[in-house]
Amino acid sequence: MAMTGYRINPRSLDLIGFALLAALILIVFPLVLDIFRLNLVGKYLTYAFVAVGLVLCWGSTGILSLGQGIFFGLGGYCMAAFLKLEASSVANTKIQSTPGIPDFMDWNQITALPYIWMPFKSLPLALIAVIAVPTLFAFIIGAAMFKRRVGGVYFAIITQAVAAVMTILIIGRQGYTGGINGITDLRTLLGWDIRTDSAKYILYFACCFLLLGTMFVARFIQMSKLGRILVAVRDQEDRVRFSGYDVSNFKIFVFCLASAMAAVGGAMFTLQVGFMSPSFVGIVPSIEMVIFCAVGGRESVIGAVAGTLLVNWVKTSFSEAFPELWLFAMGGLFIAVVLAFPRGLAGLITDQILPRLPSGRIWGIVHPSPAPAE
Amino acid sequence: MSSSTDFLLALENVSVSFDGFKAVDGLNLYVDKGELRVIIGPNGAGKTTVLDLICGRTRVSDGSIKFKDQEITGCKEQEIVRRGIGRKFQTPTIYEHLTVFENLELSLPRGRNVVGALFWNRTEEVKERVHEIASMIYLSDQLDRPAETLSHGQKQWLEIGMLLIQDPELLMLDEPVAGMSVSERQKTAALLNDIIKNRSVIVIEHDMKFVESIAHRVTVLHQGKVLAEGDMQSVQANPKVKEVYLGH
Repeated sequence: MAMTGYRINPRSLDLIGFALLAALILIVFPLVLDIFRLNLVGKYLTYAFVAVGLVLCWGSTGILSLGQGIFFGLGGYCMAAFLKLEASSVANTKIQSTPGIPDFMDWNQITALPYIWMPFKSLPLALIAVIAVPTLFAFIIGAAMFKRRVGGVYFAIITQAVAAVMTILIIGRQGYTGGINGITDLRTLLGWDIRTDSAKYILYFACCFLLLGTMFVARFIQMSKLGRILVAVRDQEDRVRFSGYDVSNFKIFVFCLASAMAAVGGAMFTLQVGFMSPSFVGIVPSIEMVIFCAVGGRESVIGAVAGTLLVNWVKTSFSEAFPELWLFAMGGLFIAVVLAFPRGLAGLITDQILPRLPSGRIWGIVHPSPAPAE
Repeated sequence: MSSSTDFLLALENVSVSFDGFKAVDGLNLYVDKGELRVIIGPNGAGKTTVLDLICGRTRVSDGSIKFKDQEITGCKEQEIVRRGIGRKFQTPTIYEHLTVFENLELSLPRGRNVVGALFWNRTEEVKERVHEIASMIYLSDQLDRPAETLSHGQKQWLEIGMLLIQDPELLMLDEPVAGMSVSERQKTAALLNDIIKNRSVIVIEHDMKFVESIAHRVTVLHQGKVLAEGDMQSVQANPKVKEVYLGH
């Protein structure tokens, strides 16, 4: 890192960034966007949960997971399972050969609700499952890998393989999962119609507050001694181990936490978009989420959220105009960020732009750094 | 040879081989309480491997390592650390992106699990302990500096400080003065003679002048075996040692 002559005061920068972002998503977007566009932003914000988790897991600790779609998807599927059962009342499904079960089960000659679907009749159990199922799955993967000291690129490849397996499993077992189409035609949450404009507004704000809460948790961890240990694990894993810490426990913890955050995003996705499908579980969405995080800045919670919004906004505008070019643009963007701005937009702002602003000193954002070493 | 000893550390008949190559071969090494032992030897003699074996980074193929009369072969690295063995690596291994204070704070032997770390409280006691160690390693006025901006010698001291704050009974230092200036070497020798008072230290070093200034006993390793052991004069006078190591 080049010495710029100024060091950023993290607390005031945090507050300003957090306030700007909150104002943007809570005030500006609802005022200037119609409900269709706002719902779209709400969908982008659900990806931001994954990006915030990646900041802790990848940015702070150095564990690159290329399979966060698994946990986003598991959270989303748990939510969708509850909504689907509610939408599949006997009255709604009386034309089926077995009324009262989800339509895709009926099409696949399943005649009774499978046992693994039973807990999703209850909203509290379904909400617990939204967090517990992905976290438990992350724990199993994390314990198996980190206790054996599998890390780095091997871990990334394994998460990617698990994401691929997960997609194949969901598509293959369509009687239980809805297959390639996913779980569609979700209607109500305890009788409240989630397809109306007013419901979409409420869900958008719920998503915003949950995201701000998630960001707060991530920031709290980054500022604690735990956060410093995570950075230490990234920089000098052996030194941490030979200082008496059980490194694998810290890695498992941060991987589970990142997965739980992704799962909350997945559940909010299902609620706002109204369906869940394997196209949000596999390799491509998992890698896209890493790109959102990289573009925004993998060490910055606020940067990751801003990056997610920016990339998705560009994606939407670009693919509306030139649909076939988007993938190339995305690949180019990723290469450009990695080569030119390894710390992403957030790094660009804190390292390049702020130190050059004379007013920075007045605002108390930057203050002179201590003298460099002789 | 008795298997129960009064030694702080006892290696008996320790061997390790990598793909058939015996890096350490039937090694016996005993370290007393309060002793400063220096291990010397030509490149590839197995010096660093011995430290790796003691701290659990490499597993022994055969033999026994006892610390305070308890077998530690097979223990996990962090368990060995918690029993009181600290190890400094050959190149300064510190947390570059954290400040000197944070480097020392993380090394304090408290709050070592996830929950303890999350709700860690930087008490006055913690600050006092960090300041105490920082003054020993000549870094009192550098506490708020990011560690990456320290000079090479200061980084070496910081890593020694990160071990001292754990208050280990046995400290193992792999080439602590490599890359240091003459005045830094003298300060390091003074530091080592200062910390030896409460603990045992094993040092691997090439710099013979530095070895003369600190060593109580010297062990010469050659091809994974002990070639000679004794005080500095007798080792230097040993013809076998002259032939394989000191002579050139």
